[in-house]
Amino acid sequence: MSSLNIQSARTVQSSTRLSISAHYGAAWMLAKREWMRFFRQRNRVVAAIAQPVLFWALFGTGLRGSFESGGGESFSQFFLPGTVALIVLFTAIFATISVIEDRREGFMQAVLVSPIGRFPVLIGKVLGGAAIALAQAVAFLVLTYLVGAASPSSSLPALILLLAIMAIAMCSLGMIVAWPMESTQGFHAIMMLGLMPMWLLAGTFFPIASWQLAGPLEGQTWAQWILTAIMRANPLSYTVIELRRQMNPTIDIASSGFHPSSLVCWVVTLMAAGLAMVIAWRLMRTSHRVDTIV
Amino acid sequence: MTDTLSKRSVANVPDAPSPGQTNPVCQVTGLYHQYDNHVALKDVHLNVYPGEIVAVLGPNGSGKTTLFRLLCTLMPVQRGMIKIDDVDASKSPLEARQRIGIIFQAPSLDVQLTVTENLICQGALYGLGGAALRERCDTMLRHFGLADRSDDLCKSLSGGLKRRVELAKGMLHQPSVLLLDEPSTGLDPSARMALWAELEQLATGGVAVLLTTHLMEEAERASRVMMLDAGRKVADSTPSALRDTLGSNVITIQVEDPEAAQVQLRESIELSTQIIDGRLSADLTSPEMVPRIMETVGDHLQSITVGKPELEHAFTKLTGKPFVGRAAGETS
Repeated sequence: MSSLNIQSARTVQSSTRLSISAHYGAAWMLAKREWMRFFRQRNRVVAAIAQPVLFWALFGTGLRGSFESGGGESFSQFFLPGTVALIVLFTAIFATISVIEDRREGFMQAVLVSPIGRFPVLIGKVLGGAAIALAQAVAFLVLTYLVGAASPSSSLPALILLLAIMAIAMCSLGMIVAWPMESTQGFHAIMMLGLMPMWLLAGTFFPIASWQLAGPLEGQTWAQWILTAIMRANPLSYTVIELRRQMNPTIDIASSGFHPSSLVCWVVTLMAAGLAMVIAWRLMRTSHRVDTIV
Repeated sequence: MTDTLSKRSVANVPDAPSPGQTNPVCQVTGLYHQYDNHVALKDVHLNVYPGEIVAVLGPNGSGKTTLFRLLCTLMPVQRGMIKIDDVDASKSPLEARQRIGIIFQAPSLDVQLTVTENLICQGALYGLGGAALRERCDTMLRHFGLADRSDDLCKSLSGGLKRRVELAKGMLHQPSVLLLDEPSTGLDPSARMALWAELEQLATGGVAVLLTTHLMEEAERASRVMMLDAGRKVADSTPSALRDTLGSNVITIQVEDPEAAQVQLRESIELSTQIIDGRLSADLTSPEMVPRIMETVGDHLQSITVGKPELEHAFTKLTGKPFVGRAAGETS
C-alpha cells in the first residue's frame, strides 16, 4: 500500500457524515448476512418449520372430536393460522437470538464501533430476521395448499403482507428481549415464560370467548373472565383473527365470541409492530453496558 | 530484543517526532476516566503522528484497555479530549470512527461467512459499496496475502490468518489511525513476526499505529513507547531513549534469596539494587563492581550477568515496581 493511497483517503473522509444511502446499504448488508447465516445452518431451517408442523399434525388429529368453534371449523382448520403464527414467532425469535451470538463471537463489537450508528443495526437485524420468518411461513402455506389442508384465495397478497408485518413485530420483540441479555440460556427462559404464553393466549390454540366488563357471563368463572380479558388485550390476538379471516374467507368470524373488524385488526398489528420497534430502538440507543463487552 | 530490531523501529521515525513537521492524527489531552470509585486514567496526554507505531505498555490494570475503549469511542469521554484527525471524538463520534481502524483483542470475524463476505460486510458498515468496495476488497486481499483463501469460510482459517483478515478489515476504509488491542495475543511466534512486519509496512505507508501490549518484547519493536502505571503516564519515548536513561549496562544477579542479598549489598558495599522477576539488577558504573558483588554475596550467588538494559528495567526504575504483566503474557 502506498502512502499516496492513504493520503487520498484522508481527504475524501474529511467530508461530513455518512449519507442516508450508506446507512441503508449497511442495513441491507446486515439483513443479507442474517439470511446467509440462516441458510448455512441447516438445523435451524429444519427446526423452525418441523416443530410447528408436528404440533399442527398431532394436535389437529388428536383434538379433532373434542373441539367446537363458533365459525364451524374443524380443529385442524382452526389451528392452522395459529401454526403459521407459531412459525413466524419461532423463526423471528431465533433469528434475533443471533444478536447474543454476535456479541459473544465478537462480531457485534466491530459493528458497534462503525460510523453508521445503531439504527441500521436494528433495521438490518429486524428486516433480515423478518425475511427469514416470512419465507418459512410462506413455505408452510405452500405445503398446506399442496396437501389440501387449505386452499389459496384471492386474499393471498393481503395475507403475505399481514405475515410480513407480524414478522417485523416479532423480530423487534426479539431484539427487545435479546439486546440486554448475555446468554442464550436466559433467552430460552423468556421464550417459555413470556413468548409461548403470548402465543397460546392469542386465540391460536383455543378460541377467545365472549366477554363483558361487568363480570363473568353466565356459565363463566372469574378465572375464565381474567383469561379472556388478557387474550383480548394481547395484540397478537388481533393479528391471528385477521390471519384466520384471510386464510379461510368462508369462515363466519362474526359468530365467534370475539370478532373485531378487519380494520381494527390491521391497525392493532401495525401499531404493535411500530411500538416494538420504537422500544427496541430506544433500548439499543441508551444501553452502554453492552458496549463494554470483551 | 536485538539491535537490528531497535534500529529498524527507530528508522521509521528518526526521533521523537516534533509537532512542527506534521500534525498529530491522534491527540489525547488531559484524559481522565473513572469507574464507580476506581480511577482508571489520570491526566493522560498523547500525540500520535503519521507513520509511527506507538505501543501503550503497562501491566494488567494499568488503564490500557480503558484508553483503548475511549479511543474506539466505545465509552464516552468523562474529562479531557480525544481528537482524531482534528475531529473531536466526544462531539462527533461517528465522524471520528470513520478515521480509525480497530482491531480488538477478541476476534470480530463472522466465522460463518467467507473472508470476502466479511470484508464486504465491514465495507458496508463504513459506507463503502459497489465497484469501489469490490476493488478495495481485492486490494486488501492481495496486500495481506489472502487472495487464495478469499472464498473460504473464516472458521476454517488458522489463528494467524484470522488475524490477517482482521487487519484487512481494519484497513479496509483507509483509516488514518489503526488501533490494536493486545494484537499478538494467541498468536504463535512466527505469526507474531508476520503481524509486526505488516504493522511496520502500514506505518511506512503513513498510517499511525497505536497498540496496547503487556509484552516488553513487543514494545521494543515500536517506534515509541508510552508506559502506563495505575492510570498515569510514566514514560513516553523511543525504546532506545528509554534504555539510554538507564545508563550503558545493567548487571543482573541471580541468588537464592534476593531480599537478603539486596540488604547485604546495600549494607556492605552501598549498592542499591532492584528486584525484577526474582533477580537483582543494578546499573553497572564500573567493571570493578562485578568482583565486589561476587565477594559480598559469596556462595549464595547462582549467576551474574552484564548486559544492555531492557524496557523492563526502565519500568521498574520509573515506577519503583516490578513489571508483573510479563508473567501473565507468557502464560496467555
